Amino acid sequence: MFKMYSKIKVFTGVFIFLALATFPFWNKVFIVSKTNYEMPDANIKPALAFARENGFSGCIEDRAFMRAKHMKLLNHWRNEVVRENKKTYINSKGEHFNKSLTGTCLKCHSNKEEFCDSCHTSAGVKPYCFDCHITGIQNTNQLNSKAEAIHEIK
Amino acid sequence: MKILFALITVLILSLAAFTGVEYLHMEYVFGIVIPYAAFIIFIAGFTAKIFYWAKSPVPFNITTTAGQQKSLKWIKSDHFENPSGSFGVIGRMFMEIFFFRSLFRNTKAGLVKSSKSESFKPGYASDKSLWLGGLMFHWSFLYILIRHLRFFLYPIPSAIVTLEKFDSMFQIGLPIFYLTDAILLLSVTFLFLRRVFIPQVKYISLIADFIPLFLILAIAFSGIMMRYVSRVDVIGVKELVMSLTSFSPALPEKVSSVFYVHFFLVSSLFMYFPFSKLMHMGGVFFSPTRNMTGDSRRIRHVNPWNYSVKVHSYEEYEDEFREAMKGAGLPLDKE
Ligand code: HEC
Ligand code: HEC
Ligand code: HEC
Repeated sequence: MFKMYSKIKVFTGVFIFLALATFPFWNKVFIVSKTNYEMPDANIKPALAFARENGFSGCIEDRAFMRAKHMKLLNHWRNEVVRENKKTYINSKGEHFNKSLTGTCLKCHSNKEEFCDSCHTSAGVKPYCFDCHITGIQNTNQLNSKAEAIHEIK
Repeated sequence: MKILFALITVLILSLAAFTGVEYLHMEYVFGIVIPYAAFIIFIAGFTAKIFYWAKSPVPFNITTTAGQQKSLKWIKSDHFENPSGSFGVIGRMFMEIFFFRSLFRNTKAGLVKSSKSESFKPGYASDKSLWLGGLMFHWSFLYILIRHLRFFLYPIPSAIVTLEKFDSMFQIGLPIFYLTDAILLLSVTFLFLRRVFIPQVKYISLIADFIPLFLILAIAFSGIMMRYVSRVDVIGVKELVMSLTSFSPALPEKVSSVFYVHFFLVSSLFMYFPFSKLMHMGGVFFSPTRNMTGDSRRIRHVNPWNYSVKVHSYEEYEDEFREAMKGAGLPLDKE
C-alpha cells in the first residue's frame, strides 16, 4: 500500500484540473444541454438567384476561396479603394466587380443576418465594418440598378 | 547539437502531419485518432504524475524564509515572506503562480557598479529579464488558450468574445491582428535566445529544454500562418472540433493541411506534457519551499519516512536492573 500525503488537497486539485480540462466535453451536457452543434446555415439562395438572373457565374471567387479568405479580400479591397483609388476588381474568371462592401457583397448577399452573421456568430467574430457601412440604406435606393452597381460603373 | 536535434524533431513532426494529410489523405488519423489519443494521454499522464508526487514524503520543513518568522507578539513578522498560517501560504502560492514572484528576485553574477565609487566590483545584480519574458510568455499563452474556446463552445460566452475584442483592439488588418500572437512569439523567441547567448544557461540547457520551446514556436508559427497568411475554413475547423467534443467525430469537407499540422503539433505537445518539464504546471503546487508554513519553531515536522526506533529509556533500564543496581550500591532515581 502506498501512503499519500495531503489527500484532501490533492484530490481537490486533481478534481479541478480534470473539470477544467474536460470542460469542452461536459459543458454540452450540463450547461448548454445541447449535444449537437449545428453548422451555421449560411443561406446562399438569394445570392444564387440574384447571380443567375444577372449573369454572374457565382461569388467573387470560388466558394472554397470565399469561405476561407473573404476577409482578406475585403481588406485588400478597402486598402485599394481608400488608399490607391483603384475601384475595379477583376476575378480569376475575368469578371469585373466594383470593390465595395455594401455596394457589391451585400447586393448579392442582401440577407446579411441570415448569411454573414450566421457564420460569424458561430465563429465568435463581430466584424466592426457595419458600425459605419450601413446596410439598410444601400439596399433600398436604386433597386433596379443593383446589378450595374456591382459591375464597375465609373 | 542539442538545438539542432530539437529543431529537427519538431520539423519532422510538422512534415509528418503535412505529408500525411496533403499526400496520403490521412485526415482521419491526424484529425480524430491522434487528438483523442493525445487528450487521453494528457489527462491520464497528468493525473498519474500528480498522484506519484503526492506519494513522496517531505522530510524537512524547507520553506524559504525571506522575512521574520512569527514569534513573540512585539516582534513584527512578515506574513508573506514567512507565512505563519494557511492564509499566508495561499497568498504566497497565488503570487507565485500568477506573478512568478520568486523569479522577480532573480539575480545575475557579474561586474556591479558599487554605490559609493564609480568602480565596478564582482557581485550580484538584479536580473528581471527572465521574469518578464516568462510572465509575458505564460500570460499570452493562457490568453490564447482561452481564446481558442471559441472553437469548443457553442453558444460562445460573451466573455470570450470580449477577450477577443480586447486582443484585437488596434484593428490592424483583416482578419484582425491579435496582440497576444506578437507577445507570444516575441517572448518565446527571447526565452530561446537566452538559452543560446548566455554561456552558463546554454551549458545547462538540455534537449528537453529546447523541444518544448521549438514545439511552442512551431505551434504559434503554424497558427499565425493559418490565420493571417494561407487561411483555413474556420467554420470547417469548428465543425471538426465540435464533433470531437460531442463524441461523434466527423471530418469536415476540405480544411487546409496547415490546420492539420497545427492540430498535430498541439496533440504532440499534449502527449509530451506529462513526461516533460512542462509538468511544472502541476508541480508548482508541490513546491515545499513555497507551500509549507514557516512554523518550524512552533511545530515539530516529523519526517514521514522515519522508521520507528525501538528505544529503551533510562526509567525502563532502572526498572529492569533495580535489584542488581541496589546490590551494587548505585544511586537510583526511584527507590
Ligand atoms: C454576384 C453575386 C455575388 C457577389 C457580388 C458576392 N457573392 Fe458571395 N456568393 C455568391 C454566390 C452565388 C455564392 C454561392 C457559392 C457559389 O456557388 O459560388 C456565394 C458564396 C459566398 C460565400 C461562401 C458561403 C458558403 O456558405 O459557402 C462567402 C463567404 C461569400 N460569398 C462572401 C462574399 C463576400 C465577402 C462578398 C464581397 C466581397 C461576396 N460574397 C460577393 C454571390 C455573390
Ligand atoms: C470608421 C468607419 C468605418 C469602418 C469601421 C469601416 N469602414 Fe470601410 N470605409 C469607410 C469610409 C469612410 C470609406 C470610404 C468611402 C469612399 O472613399 O468612397 C470606406 C470604404 C471602404 C471600402 C471601399 C468602398 C466601398 O464602397 O465599400 C471597403 C471595401 C471597405 N470600406 C471595407 C470595410 C471593411 C471590410 C470594414 C470592416 C473590417 C470597414 N470597411 C470598416 C469607413 C469605415
Ligand atoms: C462560411 C461562413 C461565413 C460567411 C458566409 C461569411 N463569413 Fe465573414 N468570416 C467567417 C469567419 C469564420 C471569420 C473569422 C475568421 C477567423 O477568425 O480567422 C470571418 C471573418 C470576417 C471578417 C473579419 C472580422 C475580424 O474580426 O477579423 C469580415 C470583415 C467578414 N468576415 C465579413 C463578411 C461579410 C461582409 C460577409 C457577408 C457578405 C461574410 N463575412 C460572410 C465566416 C463567414
